[in-house]
Amino acid sequence: MLETFLVRAVHVALHLTTALLLPPLLPGLIAKTKAMVAGRTGPPVLQLYYDLARLSRKRAVFSRTTTWVFLAGPVGTVAAVATASLLVPFGSSPAPLHFQGDAVFFAYLFGLARFLTVLSALDTGSAFEGMGAAREVSFAVLAEPALFLGFAALAKSTGSLSLSTMLASPGFSFSRAMAPLILVLAGWAIVYLAENSRIPVDDPNTHLELTMIHEVMVLDHSGRPLALVLYGASLKLLVLGALLIGPLFTRAFGGLLNWAAFWGLLVLLAVGVGLVESFTARLRMNRVPQFLVAGILATAFAFLLLLV
Amino acid sequence: MSVPFVSTRNGLPVSLADLPFIPTPEFREGILDRVREGFRLAALFADDGPSLWAVLADDDTGTLQVGRTHLSQPSFAALTPKCPQAHLFEREIAEQFGIIPTGHPWLKPVRFHRPWNEGPDAWGRAGEPRPGVMDFYTVSGEEVHEVAVGPVHAGVIEPGHFRFQCHGEHVFHLEIALGYQHRGIERAFLAGPHPLSLKQAETLAGDTSIGHAWAYCMALEGLVGRSLSPRVDRVRGVALELERMANHVGDLGALAGDVGFLPTASYCGRIRGDWLNLSAEVCGSRLGRDWLRPGGLRHELDPGLAERMLPRVEKAWADTQDAVELLWGAASVMNRFEAAGKVDPAQAKDAGLVGVALRACGHPRDVRKDHPFGPYTAHPVAPAIAESGNVHARAWVRWNELKESHRHLAEALEALGRSPAEAAPEPLPPLALERFVVALTEGWRGEILHAAVTDGEGRFARYKVVDPSFHNWFGLALALRGEQISDFPLCNKSFNLSYCGHDL
Repeated sequence: MLETFLVRAVHVALHLTTALLLPPLLPGLIAKTKAMVAGRTGPPVLQLYYDLARLSRKRAVFSRTTTWVFLAGPVGTVAAVATASLLVPFGSSPAPLHFQGDAVFFAYLFGLARFLTVLSALDTGSAFEGMGAAREVSFAVLAEPALFLGFAALAKSTGSLSLSTMLASPGFSFSRAMAPLILVLAGWAIVYLAENSRIPVDDPNTHLELTMIHEVMVLDHSGRPLALVLYGASLKLLVLGALLIGPLFTRAFGGLLNWAAFWGLLVLLAVGVGLVESFTARLRMNRVPQFLVAGILATAFAFLLLLV
Repeated sequence: MSVPFVSTRNGLPVSLADLPFIPTPEFREGILDRVREGFRLAALFADDGPSLWAVLADDDTGTLQVGRTHLSQPSFAALTPKCPQAHLFEREIAEQFGIIPTGHPWLKPVRFHRPWNEGPDAWGRAGEPRPGVMDFYTVSGEEVHEVAVGPVHAGVIEPGHFRFQCHGEHVFHLEIALGYQHRGIERAFLAGPHPLSLKQAETLAGDTSIGHAWAYCMALEGLVGRSLSPRVDRVRGVALELERMANHVGDLGALAGDVGFLPTASYCGRIRGDWLNLSAEVCGSRLGRDWLRPGGLRHELDPGLAERMLPRVEKAWADTQDAVELLWGAASVMNRFEAAGKVDPAQAKDAGLVGVALRACGHPRDVRKDHPFGPYTAHPVAPAIAESGNVHARAWVRWNELKESHRHLAEALEALGRSPAEAAPEPLPPLALERFVVALTEGWRGEILHAAVTDGEGRFARYKVVDPSFHNWFGLALALRGEQISDFPLCNKSFNLSYCGHDL
């Protein structure tokens, strides 16, 4: 009894540490991959940690037009995504928090984060930020169905609405559900790139305000709120990444092996994103919906396959 | 055609005595007739006379027709309604001398400065005008919104203000307000040439040092009747083509960067440096400052150096090909380039676009071919053209120009490696009195025009500079009509115009 409790406690501790400390590594890995492909040295892998440390010591500048809503964006995003990180299993060990229907809660935590970011962007009254907010919500409308159809497929296959069971269910991976699983992962990969504002949907490195989607909404943030924005974005990379690599695990990976495999797959995922960004250009803004609809179609077919 | 416009050639001076004042109505009709026949209005400017000067280029025969008229009052009937390419020239005339082009449909300030003659301001502005303070074109209606960008931009670039009238992502109209970089260089040339004039010419547009310095030198050499040896011409050709290589490579890389295509963007950034370093090898400046001087060269290109440069040129060219060819092979890039920034070929011609932007619309106009100067008579280059007028066409024209420039460079360096260096040129004698000369060069952006008028003491009574950007900023506004606002940065980069070249 005590032994199971201790094992569980270690897992929860590892889960929390991973969720809190690991995220800033991922953007660093993506940047390093891109730099190496381009033949550059690039910034250090730990650059975001340094940036966060630097920003946390800086004062924020607030525009006179903004109100408390402006701060609700960064704070709310980190709070919502951090809560979501408790619901998603890292590898095959169950998440610290799990209950029937937590998948829906998980999805709407991201909805809440987006809502607050959009409000905080609109609060500045800037034409740029309003434009970015409009783009963000239009594209979210198309990304969300793919997420939910993926959940539906997994729920149908596992008979559960809890992420910990849906994603880490034994026997799921190498059964007749293989084809639907591949489709779900393909659809979610698109959602992953869109939600994390990566190429080909958005370009997190551009300095051109008129082409930005997510970045332009946080242009006015500085100092600690900016640190929260950057941290929140990296946390999103990790939490949604866990969603994407969860179904790849089987119970074969137990204990510490599970954690090593999880971290390894996260690193691979970051390198993969870096490679995609290295070899493709961004889509034209009015082509983005087609790309997102491909995600909806993939997950919808996964669901249909499981119905038959 | 009976009107006495005087025919001349690139760099060939005309005596003012041979250049009669044409009565203003005939002057106006003369311009309109010629433009209708296919001439281009290369320059239209005023002086303190007050009189108007016009330079019309006949690109098919390689001749220039010049004419002037004396104005009895500070106004004239605007040419713009019938000849759109005059629109910015007429606004400039109004701003510089308070001469009103009556009937001008879009009479707004250009550079936001006081009139030169301290006379009444064309817009009745009191005090020192502030850039960007004017009435912008607006579209009203529900859901229509305005986006203002600049003058301070994200990134280390020059200042300019852009106003978009949008409906969601759709752009109805873009209006561009410049003038933040106005330094008054044209005025600084007056009573010159001054010791600093060459330096100022080199910095008219900092990335086109050779193009502008050559035009300045050509004007002076024309005014003293100095002709250059073929070797000096070839070295100048090397300088101009190296400038073109560096800038076109940089532009193609920047275009790739704007669509987030990293391979070409990263490599071109470095390769551009290789081309710039080749310029530095000869004159000590990556931007080609101090390479030319009136009458010849300040830095001769020794045969030994030419031989050493040739393999470096080949190496840089091989790298350039590798980097740029990645671009044409990426479907995601082609998709972006082909969908954005189309300029209608007829409009491009009417609006008087020049250089890369015009050639991308299928018009094979290149000063090196049409009004050959320096080495381009003996060693012609073929103008690169593309048909579609969009971002892809402008990128494609640059690519084909790179190929042609590389060929020219390699041939020139090989020839220079075989011919002995020449002694430094004699300083130029005083300028001929009361002459008018037009010097055209093809900078990497397009046609550069310098026109000089000397007075009874051989000093500049008027010095006019037309940078290609002066013509082409309006082309960018045209390219944005009906486009997505998110494609603006890409369109902007495909023109890559100079702010200071426009603002002078």
